[in-house]
Amino acid sequence: MTQTPSTGPAGSPAGPVWVPSEAELGRRRIRKAQDRRRALVAAVSSFVVIGGLVLVVGTSQGWPVVQETFFNVQYGWEILPLLLEAFRLNLVLWVIAAVAIGVLSMLLALTRTSTSAALAPLRFLATVYVDVFRGTPLLLVIYLIGFGIPALQLTDRPIPVVVLGTTAVIITYAAYVAEVIRSGILSVHPSQRAAARSLGLSQVQTLRYVVLPQALRRVVPPLLNDLVALLKDVGLISVLGVVEVIRQAQILTSKSFNFTPYVVASILFLVVTIPLTRLTDRVLERTIARQNAQGSA
Amino acid sequence: MTAGERAGATPVLELVDVRKCFGDDVVLQGVSLTVPEHSVTVLIGASGSGKSTLLRCINQLERVDDGLILFDGQDVCDPRADVDDIRQRIGIVFQSFNLFPHMRVIDNITLALRKVHGVGKDEAEARALELLGRFSLADKAQQYPDRLSGGQQQRVAIVRALAVQPRLMLFDEVTSALDPVLVNEVLSAVRELRSEGMTMVIATHEMGFATQVADEVCFLAGGVIHERGTPEQVIDDPQDPDTREFLRRVREAGRL
Repeated sequence: MTQTPSTGPAGSPAGPVWVPSEAELGRRRIRKAQDRRRALVAAVSSFVVIGGLVLVVGTSQGWPVVQETFFNVQYGWEILPLLLEAFRLNLVLWVIAAVAIGVLSMLLALTRTSTSAALAPLRFLATVYVDVFRGTPLLLVIYLIGFGIPALQLTDRPIPVVVLGTTAVIITYAAYVAEVIRSGILSVHPSQRAAARSLGLSQVQTLRYVVLPQALRRVVPPLLNDLVALLKDVGLISVLGVVEVIRQAQILTSKSFNFTPYVVASILFLVVTIPLTRLTDRVLERTIARQNAQGSA
Repeated sequence: MTAGERAGATPVLELVDVRKCFGDDVVLQGVSLTVPEHSVTVLIGASGSGKSTLLRCINQLERVDDGLILFDGQDVCDPRADVDDIRQRIGIVFQSFNLFPHMRVIDNITLALRKVHGVGKDEAEARALELLGRFSLADKAQQYPDRLSGGQQQRVAIVRALAVQPRLMLFDEVTSALDPVLVNEVLSAVRELRSEGMTMVIATHEMGFATQVADEVCFLAGGVIHERGTPEQVIDDPQDPDTREFLRRVREAGRL
């Protein structure tokens, strides 16, 4: 049996400098070897899979044509400024919609989780709202609002379709997001509410200082998820004739008979969504770590 | 039989100079321990003295930074060791019960039997019911954990760990979350196990209980075993100044 250099008898302060024993050094060697083997397996399997894909696609009969019509680098660079300009509209609408959705969904969630008798009719309306807009396809809502509201002839000058389309997106997304926030509020344990009320905090104060901070922290990951989805769905308002990036790519493609604009547009979306997705993952890991820390004794 | 008579055989569990750090914080510094078959070792010491960490290291819930943990002569810290296989033979009961809330009591108990040990449903349930009966819980088999008192939940947790017939049982402050009346029913369950010859390592704050069940008592402080011996030696007549101080404060708090 291996003996470690003694850290001194019981009660010795902090102890002398610790030297790893032979057994521990052996274990470290084994772990290192295991890590190396794992890394090797990962490298080999990645190489086989990626290499195989490249081989299959690259040697296929149609590849030269596909490369020319989808991945034309020179054409891609030429049209990039046009697509970027159009993508700016997506980004602006995205930010505006996100803020509006945040406010509207919070109001809906608070209304739906309220318990006071006076708010009963509002609660009913909020429930109906969520039921209707969560259950209707976004595209239909865009059509209905985009073509229906102008038909009412409410104003002398027509309302811009960008505004109508974005409104449709906001209305639909608010229903989704309200449900996420509501589930967060309901997930806060009743004992937290009881503790706050027993300190003399009012209903509203309890919500503001105790329930909501915990609820929102819990739903940050799904909310970030919705934020990514929102960026992609804002583009749907192109059906009303708004020239955002997807529509712009469509126009370019129909002129050049080359699909590279679609690929470039996809890349533009990915440039924004991938960092956001990574952020979501990080936030999720942190949330879980915090919850686990609370659980341990 | 005393611990001394059994010393010849390979102990169920042997710790040699176990060291564990969390960052710069050295939680265990050179802990050695021998647990012969059918013996009960009780760890006492203040919160944060390393009792729980020691148990978690034995079950490989924590990776040690040095030293040997031999379970039936096999080094469980070896990176090549099959952790699942080792855990199958070690039962552990936690302070916070950790029953699965979405399963009935009977399913909590038979889960590992059926999924890990491949026992058939009927046999697994028969074995679970037999164990539940022995711990006066037979009528709770079909209930969900949230319908049970803390003491009942903890006894179910003990039955769950026992069902797979482990070689060694670890108890991590299993009564700390219970009121005094419930503490007793859980401790009776552990006493029952002792009379059946189960090998156990128990971390506890209940000194009276430690005196009753322990073959060996170890006093931990600052990640070091300051004093060890029979309950009569350590609890009734401690020699180490830190042990004395600890026990004096326990007495002051009226817990002995």
